[in-house]
Amino acid sequence: MIEIKNITKQFGKLTALNGLSLTLNKGECIALIGPNGCGKTTLIKSILGMVLPDKGDIFFEGKNIKNDNEYRRHIGYMPQIGRYPENMTIGQVIDMIKGIRHAHEVLDNSLYEQFEIGNMLDKKMRTLSGGTTQKVSATLAFLFQPKVLILDEPTAGLDPIASEVLKTKILEAREKGCLVLITSHLLSELEDIVSQVIFMQEGNLVLHKDTEDLKVATGQDTIARSIVHLLKEGKL
Amino acid sequence: MNIKEGHRYRILWWVLVCITASGSNIWAAASWVGNDKPYRSIQAAVHASLRGDTVYITKGFYKEGNIIIDKPIAVIGIGKPVLDGELKHEILSVKADSVYIKGLQLQNCGRAVMNDQAAVKVYDSKNVVVEGNTLLDNFFGIYLQYSKHCIIKNNFVKATQEKEYQSGNGIHCWKSDSLQIIGNRILGHRDGIYFEFVTESVIWRNIAKNNLRYGLHFMFSHKNAYFTNYFKNNGAGVAVMFTKKVVMMNNTFEENWGDAAYGVLFKELSDCYLSGNKFYRNTTGIFFDGSSRITAERNLFAANGWGMRLQASCMDIVIAQNNFTGNTFDVATNGTLTLNKFYENYWDKYEGYDIDKDKVGDVPYHPLSLFSMIVEKNPPAMLLYRSFMVTLLDKSEKVLPSLTSDEFVDKKPSMIPYTL
Amino acid sequence: MIRILKYVAIDILKNKIVIAYTIMLALFSWSAFSLEDNSSKGLLTVLNIVLLTVPLVSVLFSTIYVYNSNEFIELLVSHPVKRSMIWKALFIGLSLSLVTAYVIGVGIPLLIFADWATGLIMILSGALLSVIFVAIAFLSCIVTRDKAKGIGVSIMLWLYFALLFDGLVLFLFFQFADYPIEKVVVFLSALSPIDLCRILILLRLDVSAMMGYTGAIFKNFFGNNIGLVFSFSLLALWIIVPFFFSLRKFKKKDL
Repeated sequence: MIEIKNITKQFGKLTALNGLSLTLNKGECIALIGPNGCGKTTLIKSILGMVLPDKGDIFFEGKNIKNDNEYRRHIGYMPQIGRYPENMTIGQVIDMIKGIRHAHEVLDNSLYEQFEIGNMLDKKMRTLSGGTTQKVSATLAFLFQPKVLILDEPTAGLDPIASEVLKTKILEAREKGCLVLITSHLLSELEDIVSQVIFMQEGNLVLHKDTEDLKVATGQDTIARSIVHLLKEGKL
Repeated sequence: MNIKEGHRYRILWWVLVCITASGSNIWAAASWVGNDKPYRSIQAAVHASLRGDTVYITKGFYKEGNIIIDKPIAVIGIGKPVLDGELKHEILSVKADSVYIKGLQLQNCGRAVMNDQAAVKVYDSKNVVVEGNTLLDNFFGIYLQYSKHCIIKNNFVKATQEKEYQSGNGIHCWKSDSLQIIGNRILGHRDGIYFEFVTESVIWRNIAKNNLRYGLHFMFSHKNAYFTNYFKNNGAGVAVMFTKKVVMMNNTFEENWGDAAYGVLFKELSDCYLSGNKFYRNTTGIFFDGSSRITAERNLFAANGWGMRLQASCMDIVIAQNNFTGNTFDVATNGTLTLNKFYENYWDKYEGYDIDKDKVGDVPYHPLSLFSMIVEKNPPAMLLYRSFMVTLLDKSEKVLPSLTSDEFVDKKPSMIPYTL
Repeated sequence: MIRILKYVAIDILKNKIVIAYTIMLALFSWSAFSLEDNSSKGLLTVLNIVLLTVPLVSVLFSTIYVYNSNEFIELLVSHPVKRSMIWKALFIGLSLSLVTAYVIGVGIPLLIFADWATGLIMILSGALLSVIFVAIAFLSCIVTRDKAKGIGVSIMLWLYFALLFDGLVLFLFFQFADYPIEKVVVFLSALSPIDLCRILILLRLDVSAMMGYTGAIFKNFFGNNIGLVFSFSLLALWIIVPFFFSLRKFKKKDL
């Protein structure tokens, strides 16, 4: 579904992505992990077109995303720290996004209802706590029933209940055949939802494997342990 | 017998009167010129007339070349007959005293530069009157030389030449005296009214507009008076030079725009008096150069580029009780020497106060702005006018005068404009 | 784009600064015309508003607004919206609101008190200057990511165009007083939009003085219809060029 070919991105002297190639398939739920500053967010932003790679191409359903924006109609994005126009209320933000997307899709209001966003529509974005902002971001990401979900640290700042709600929602999406890309530091959180793991380091792709294969290969019973195992053995 | 005797003397006296006054109207003859009139040709009619006769020219188109009027007669047009010079001839040459010319349309006189051909040219004559004629596309319009006591009145003089050298002056007077130039309209000539060596004359209620060079131009013409004339949009405004004792009152000088255009250029004039004149929207209202002993009071200087330019070569010029409003620069000069006086003028740029309420500003006004000095030396700097930098410069100079002359000052500026 | 523009416009209106700006402009120009005894003095006050206040407010407000719109831009970029549309919508929204503020605040008194040709030239110049300085603000926003730096750059640019440039030209005049530099000066004046506008207005306000001396050159250049078209196209360039560069950079900007 998404094919990344040889992309390189440099910020000044820092190489955030170094000739990275990847193929992300439909129906997968992929955990994108790696140490801080390894280029995870840059990769995500490259897929979204927010960061323009210096070299290489990204294809979405076979089409190069360069100079295209329509493909983003099929992506739901939940940023790590949602930044919204401070003077707008939650309701206005949601209305604006709906208006700008000019959506024809049937809207998925389940998160909207479960997070009880309807009760807070008049709150200004600047007054919201981090958790509530995340709830808004999550709601927006799932609202248009996208084929691809890109979630940057989705559970950070969410309370356990909300976190659980979101996880269920992610699983649901995966069942429906969506491609889900999640970054997180808390591997344990992802344990039961991810089907593939991508490990990045200093802009390079180090590992891209099915979770089951990974566990078998390392002889560990959880993803977290497998990764730790690999790290200890110096294979990463 | 006594009565009879007296009667005889009376008859004799009458005969005497008749003989001496054969030129007077009682016995004067009238000759009529026209298609169906006794005379077909004006020249023939003039030729046949005697002293004091009248030649009436009826409506028609006459091409007779040069017509010489050499006896004191009246030539009067009925229904504006047209006398055409075919661009070759001087139309009317007046070579006698007491000639009266009225109601003619004179057009297309010759263009010869050598002898300055005119529609009407008066040679060495007295008491000639040229009145109510229309002069179109002539080289010179009305030309007087060595003439005295002549009246040029209510003529309409218009030319359409485009270049200065193709055109002569509307009313041109040379070495004449005691003239009256009244109520004429002169358009499109080189100079509207031109005087050289003309003295003790009156110029009253004339309009000179759109002339190629000057509306009024005189030199060496002393003791003349100019009242209520209107000069607008002439190529270079009005220029007067090398003259003494001129009086100019209630004239209007308007929209004389250009590099060397002046409402009035005063060059080498002395002992003059200016009052009640309006200088409106000229590049320069008055330009005084090498002039002395001139009083200008109760004039209006409005919306000019420079209200007044007073060169350092002038002295004893008194500028009093004038209104200066809406000029870009009220006064400019080219030097530091000031031998002239300003007092009791109204300056709309004056920012002083009047605590004692005597309608005279309590702080002296310095009409010279620093920027006007800069522009004087560096004309293109005008392009920077009204920029913040320049405003700043001017303000600081007003507060702490250092570069502009201290003597250039009106110590008693009026707080309110004069009603003029 | 219309949809984005709608949200930008609503947001700017909610900002209240634009409304305050309108009121301030109206207050200044009405008082300028009604306090002074003749309208030409009022015009001078308005001229200073046009040449100093309008560019300053335009450039400052726009710079701050664009920096504050970062979140808005980021939010939109992850959605199916063309990047250039977002930037254009922001530009048009800001330009429209500032021009509207100017036309309401200054334009109406101008039309009432000044003669219509002068009024029209001043309205047009002020409106163009507003948009030009919005464009300049966009350029300085895109040049640096840092808000404080960006505002600094904007103020410096305003200072340069409004004050320093004239000083430099004046300096040139003194240095090259002996040379015929009129034509060079005409060319130079094209390098500052504020000066260009000032000269256009000067040709109306001080036409008598401008007709003299070097006026012939200026009047011939700026005063006739071709010159007027030329001057206004130059001003249009002052909008297009900075905005075009900012747009090109924005399209490649990493968010």
